[in-house]
Parts: sequence; structure tokens; C-alpha cells
Amino acid sequence: MTLLAGGSGGGGAGGYGSQERMGFFTDTSVCIGCKACEVACKEWNDVPADGLNFLGTSYDNTGALGADTWRHVAFIEQPDGGAGGAEGAGVGGMRWLMSSDVCKHCTSAACLEVCPTGALFRTEFGTVVVQEDICNGCGYCVPACPFGVIDQREGDGRVWKCTLCYDRLRGAQKPACAQACPTESIVFGPLDQLREQARGRVEDLHTAGCDSARLYGADPADGVGGFGAFFLLLDEPETYGLPPDPVSTTRDLGAMWKAAAAAAGSLVAMAALAAFPGRRRRGR
Amino acid sequence: MPRAERSMVPDATPTSYYGHPILKAPVWKWPIPTYLFTGGLAAGTALVGAGAHAGGNRLLARRASLGTLGAVAVSGGLLVKDLGRPSRFHHMLRVVKPTSPMSVGTWIFSAFSAAAGATAGAELLAGRGKRSRRGARALGGAGLGRPAGRGLWPALAGAGHLATAGLAPALATYTGVLLADTAVPAWHGARHELPFVFAGGAAASGGALGVLLAGGGPGPSERGARPRRLAVAGSILEVGAGQVMRRRLGELGEPYHQGVAAILSRGSHVATLVGGAALAGAGAFGAGVFGAGTTGRGARRLDVAGSAFILAGAALERFAVFHAGRQSASDPKYVVGPQRRRLVPSAAPA
Repeated sequence: MTLLAGGSGGGGAGGYGSQERMGFFTDTSVCIGCKACEVACKEWNDVPADGLNFLGTSYDNTGALGADTWRHVAFIEQPDGGAGGAEGAGVGGMRWLMSSDVCKHCTSAACLEVCPTGALFRTEFGTVVVQEDICNGCGYCVPACPFGVIDQREGDGRVWKCTLCYDRLRGAQKPACAQACPTESIVFGPLDQLREQARGRVEDLHTAGCDSARLYGADPADGVGGFGAFFLLLDEPETYGLPPDPVSTTRDLGAMWKAAAAAAGSLVAMAALAAFPGRRRRGR
Repeated sequence: MPRAERSMVPDATPTSYYGHPILKAPVWKWPIPTYLFTGGLAAGTALVGAGAHAGGNRLLARRASLGTLGAVAVSGGLLVKDLGRPSRFHHMLRVVKPTSPMSVGTWIFSAFSAAAGATAGAELLAGRGKRSRRGARALGGAGLGRPAGRGLWPALAGAGHLATAGLAPALATYTGVLLADTAVPAWHGARHELPFVFAGGAAASGGALGVLLAGGGPGPSERGARPRRLAVAGSILEVGAGQVMRRRLGELGEPYHQGVAAILSRGSHVATLVGGAALAGAGAFGAGVFGAGTTGRGARRLDVAGSAFILAGAALERFAVFHAGRQSASDPKYVVGPQRRRLVPSAAPA
């Protein structure tokens, strides 16, 4: 029973005894668009094929994250050098942006909050994972996610997304994508350290004249309480297919229930008025 | 704490990644908008049943309790059918989760179903006594506050009507929260109005079914007077709240004027208004507004046609809301535009 000796018992798996919140810092300024992360993710997690598609827009034929795509490398071609002007432009004023997208493992995760079965849960590493033996395919998390990450798998009925390699983390291993990334564009580690590292990286880039570098999802005060997997981008988030100001809608839940209570009250009032017409009429 | 993102001049037109949607559109299929209708119908019919019971209309109370049970049974079937793994429907009952409107709704629905089943059962058993049945028929909808009958089953039926009616407003409106608590722009943007649209639809459809269940014959207008008033009031709320919702959504309300949602939306409001007017007309006939000779068959025909229109309108409105939401989630401009506008003013002073 070497497994038991190794590191069972929920929390102190492997080398992460302190149970720090772990995450990704995806530095897109060094992404070369090789898609090793996509392949490594598929291989390790046994994710089914998502079709042999030719999208005809760029070197990206994956398109978007989904039930069968947990890492997606976006590929953007900007003939005019994009938002960064000429600074990032190569030959002929052309700029290429590449970015490996992934589940954000939000601090305030809408998918987890709306899940009615408890299939989605937060792990000891602060990540958000679907329990495949619990999910009954209600589909509520799909429109709840402000990033369009989680999706239902056809023919299976359940929802699937990045687990931040929960199994590898418990075995003190890096997630497969981070392990495979040849340029360290995908950095895995304790979130606090990653945020510090990322701020330093942005400063370096600004010093080097790349003014368009900015962090996306590193602010704990944003609409989802900060991402567990955040990014360094070279253009606006929407250029990469990311929402500029994502919000976990459960933060408005109180206001929504208040509206429902008022509407329920109006229903009661209508029923009461309809039930006692005689009095009203006699009163006239 | 200053944002690491640089404040930029906003783009004139929101860009996106090759026009791909940013959000995933809801994976729900026709059973879900159909449930939004049948769930509201169950809630509205339960209110009709309770009103009839309180008013001493035993016949309508019994029929409405059966109608409620029927609508709730269909609803349960639809909800299970739409699951990706229907055999795991009971996993909904393994947690009580206040942050999930679907979990809260599951428990509301379960409690309502149990109450509706018990009420219908008690009504059937109470109705076996022929005397009380004949008495109820003779008295019709008159006799406010008349005791509903003696014995165990009528007492249980009374308690059941009270319980289902108590849960009905929650059942009718939680679905508004369920849809609003998503990133779908046309749903979350309508979070203040959706519950009112659904409450109106529940009252309209429940009242309409009540009018049909109240039956014809001599003095039909009086027998169906209560549900008719509920249906007319519900129609007004449904269309009114629906219009307010579409206006307040602004740009996010565009999907209601495009594609499938536009057809459903227009059809819904026309049907509900026509139906509401027909029932109001039938009520006026019954009240003798057009002279004593105009009651009877003509009023009943107006009742039946008006109720059918209202039921169709309520169903169409749920499909309109559903499709408008799908359409808004599939177009990145409804995601990027509003978020960009909300981001820039906050970034400007920094």
C-alpha cells in the first residue's frame, strides 16, 4: 500500500503540505503557439478528440475551450501591429499574438456556486473541479461561466473542464500543460508567488518598451475575485476572445431573490383580489 | 488598488476573436422553456384551486387540484428528460445549496409536488361523497366563506390547497432568478423584471386553465369569475412586465427583435392581449354589462377561445425569453460592449 504511505488523506498531498492556493500564470508574451499544452492536456487527461476541423481563420483550428478542449491556443494575426502600434510588430508591420487559454479557476466561481448537485467543488489547492461521478448533466454551469469555459460533452451528457491536473497535483507533479510548455509561457506555482512574478514581468516588458503588456485576472478586486489562472496579455482581452470585465453573477443573487419575492407578492395580491371580487363590487 | 491593466480609449466597435462567441450558449433544449410554462401553469392553477376552495366552489377546487398535479407531473418529466444523465436526477437531492437557484428550485418543486399530490388525492377521496358533490354543484361559485365540507378528507384537502398555494408563488418566480443568475446577457440584464414576467405568466395561464376547468352550463360566467379575473390580471402583468423588460434591456434587448425570438415575442404578446381581452369581454357579458340576454353560450365561447390564447401566449413568452437569451449569449458584442463601457469609466479617474 505505497499509495497510502505516499500522501493520502485529503490535504497534505505530496509537497504541498501547507495547501497554498496553486494556479497558472500564462505569460502570452513568450508563447510561441506550439500547442504542446493542448496535446499534453489531451494525453494526460484522456480527453476525447474534438474533431479534425479546419477553421480557415488562422493557425488555430481548435477554436475555443470546451468539454473536449481544456487548453486552447489562440492565434491572432494583426496586419497593422494591433493595439501596441509598431512596438511589437515584426516584418512588414505584422504582429502575431499567441495565447494559451484555460479555465480561470475563479476565486468566486459561478459554475461552482450554481451547481445544484455539488459535483463542482473547490479542492485543497483552491482549484475548481467537476466530480464526474456526481454530475448529472443539468447544464446550469455552462451559461453561468462568464468565460464560456465549461461545456457539456455530447454523447456523455456530463460537463467537463480543466481540473488543473488535480491528480498530478496530489502526486506533487506540475500540471501536464505547464510541464510540456517549452518556453515557460505557462508557469505553475503558488498563486501569491505567481502574482508577484507577473508584476515583475510586466515592469520588465514596459521597461523594454512593450507598453501594451498588461495583466488580466491578477486583481482580487475584480468581478470574480481574481483568477486562479491569470494571464499577461499584449492587447485587450476581447482580442483573445476573453471578456473584458467578467463577473460572477451570484454576487447579485440577493437582489435577484428580492425581485423574485416582490414578484411572488404581486402574484399573491392578484390571486387575493381575484378571489374576493364580491366585496369589491358590493363596496362600489 | 490600481489595476494592472492600462486604461485605453475604448474601441468604437467591440472586437472579438474571429467573431467567435465568448460565452457558451445554454445547452438546454425545448423541455426547459416548456417547463418554465408548465411550472408556472401548475403554480397558477394551484392558486385557482385554493381560491375556489376558500370560496366554496368544490367542483373547481377538485378539478384545479387535478390540473395542478397534471402540470407538475409533466414538469417533473420535462426536467428529468433534459438532464445529460437522466438516471442521476436524484443527485439534485444530495445537497441543499442556497447559492444555486436550481438547488433552491429543486426543493421548492419537490415540496410543491408533494403538496399537489396530497391535495389531489384528498380531493378525490373527499369527492367520493356524492352529497357534497351535488351540493357543491348546486351552489356553484357563490357562497363566500362557506365551509368546504366536513370529515377527514375535506379537511386534508383544505390543508393541501393552503400548502400548494403557499408554495406556488415561489415556484412561479424562482425560475426568473434561475435564468438571471447566469452570464447570459439578456437574462442577467433582466434580473429585476424576469420574475414579474413569470409571475404574470403563471397567473394568466393558471387563471385560463381555471376558466376552462370551471366548465360551462348555466351561469358560466359566475362559476369562472375568479379564475377569469386572475387570468386577465396576469395577462396585463405578463405583457406589461415583458415590455418593461425589453425596454430596460436596451441594447441587450435587441435579440427580442431578431430571429426566432422576435417571432415568438410578437406572437406571445398578441396572443396574450387577444386572450385577455376575450376573457374580459366574457366577464363583462357575465356581469350583464351588455344586457341580461347576452350571457350563456356566447360568453362560454369567448371564455374558451380567450383561455386558449392566454395559454398559448404564456408558453410563447417563455420560449421567447429562452431564445433571446441564447441569441444574446452567441453574439460576442453583447458581452464585450457592456463590459467595456462599465470598465472604462472606472478606469478613467485612476
